[in-house]
Amino acid sequence: MNGPHDVGGMMGFGPIAPEKDEPVFHEPWERRVFAAALAMGATGAWNIDISRHARERIPAVDYWNSSYYEIWFKGLLRLLQEHGLASAEEISGSTPSLPPAKVKRVLTKDMVQGALAKGGPANRPLSTNAKFKPGDKVRTKNIHPTAHTRLPRYVRGHMGEIVLIHGTHVLPDSSAHGKGDDPNWLYAVRFTAKELWNKATPDTVMLDLWEPYLDPA
Amino acid sequence: MAHDGHDHEGSELSPLALRVKALETLLTEKGYIDPAALDELIETYETKVGPRNGARVVARAWTDAAYAERLRKDATAAIAELGFVGRQGEHMVALFNTPDRHNVVVCTLCSCYPWPTLGLPPVWYKSTPYRSRVVIDPRSVLAEFGTALPDDTEIRVWDSTSEVRYLVIPMRPKGTEGWSEDQLAEIVTRDSMIGTAVLGSAA
Repeated sequence: MNGPHDVGGMMGFGPIAPEKDEPVFHEPWERRVFAAALAMGATGAWNIDISRHARERIPAVDYWNSSYYEIWFKGLLRLLQEHGLASAEEISGSTPSLPPAKVKRVLTKDMVQGALAKGGPANRPLSTNAKFKPGDKVRTKNIHPTAHTRLPRYVRGHMGEIVLIHGTHVLPDSSAHGKGDDPNWLYAVRFTAKELWNKATPDTVMLDLWEPYLDPA
Repeated sequence: MAHDGHDHEGSELSPLALRVKALETLLTEKGYIDPAALDELIETYETKVGPRNGARVVARAWTDAAYAERLRKDATAAIAELGFVGRQGEHMVALFNTPDRHNVVVCTLCSCYPWPTLGLPPVWYKSTPYRSRVVIDPRSVLAEFGTALPDDTEIRVWDSTSEVRYLVIPMRPKGTEGWSEDQLAEIVTRDSMIGTAVLGSAA
């Protein structure tokens, strides 16, 4: 979707203002939101692509006015309601909590280090061969799906060159909507500053793009 | 927004902090989460995982040519040799800076970042000013970090759109010949491994 998260190339957000000796979290509640989001993810009620898409669907003005962990909190509230784990009334406290929904697992303290070490690899086997090889010229599709995609607006319809083949990975466009992993070949694709921005610098931008995003050029 | 040290539970919490607390209580009551697991997650990312890990990888690559070669070929496995594995580092690629090419990492769509080697990202990395501008005007972004590169150096910006995570291997500063791996690891900064900074010559 052409959502508020897809900001590459936009102007008007102001200076970057890096903070010296920045703490990992700035407020105690940020710690709890971060950890609660990870722990809820560990229940298996949704996957990482579904959780990203929940954050991307926060209305644009609200998204841009929210701090990072506010976005995580608002995304988590959406996920809980959309997956039937908690109602808006329970969350607001206007009704006492109802009996819980069933979840696949609950992350306990003793499971944490093992779960982090295991992570969530996104590569999946696929029997078809890669359509492209390094050096091939490609053009990204000019698509504007209302659903989740990892093809940012600023590279759509542009010519690029395949640089790396990463392997076969879960396609977020499918996975974010509970439609399965649909593994596809994933490439690192190079775009010149001339192609993207009509700038005469030697600079380039690389994006990881799945085969369905690309046409031969 | 820093806390003033008088944070008595409940009474002085902001409306948002109260909502977060209420949600954690609800999720705990429902049996979906274990608050002790949350504590463990927080402690891990506040005290155990951070850019010192990535600095070990860089220092090893600078001092051990065979290691650098393994890092080029299969960064996930080479980084795992040093014990840095798992969540948000499942598929690693190491980007070696050269005099001709400087690498910078971003996630324009959100905040993808190599947690096992760099920890959780700083606020600026996750914020719209950096995410929007570094792809279209990387030189002005680097200038904000005090980094200036020659006009003919290619700045290659890696937009982390998949589950692949990128770690920049900065160039080893002049004047560090003969330094130990431990000494070298001390001078590798987080921003040099994101690519917004370069490492200056050692005095």
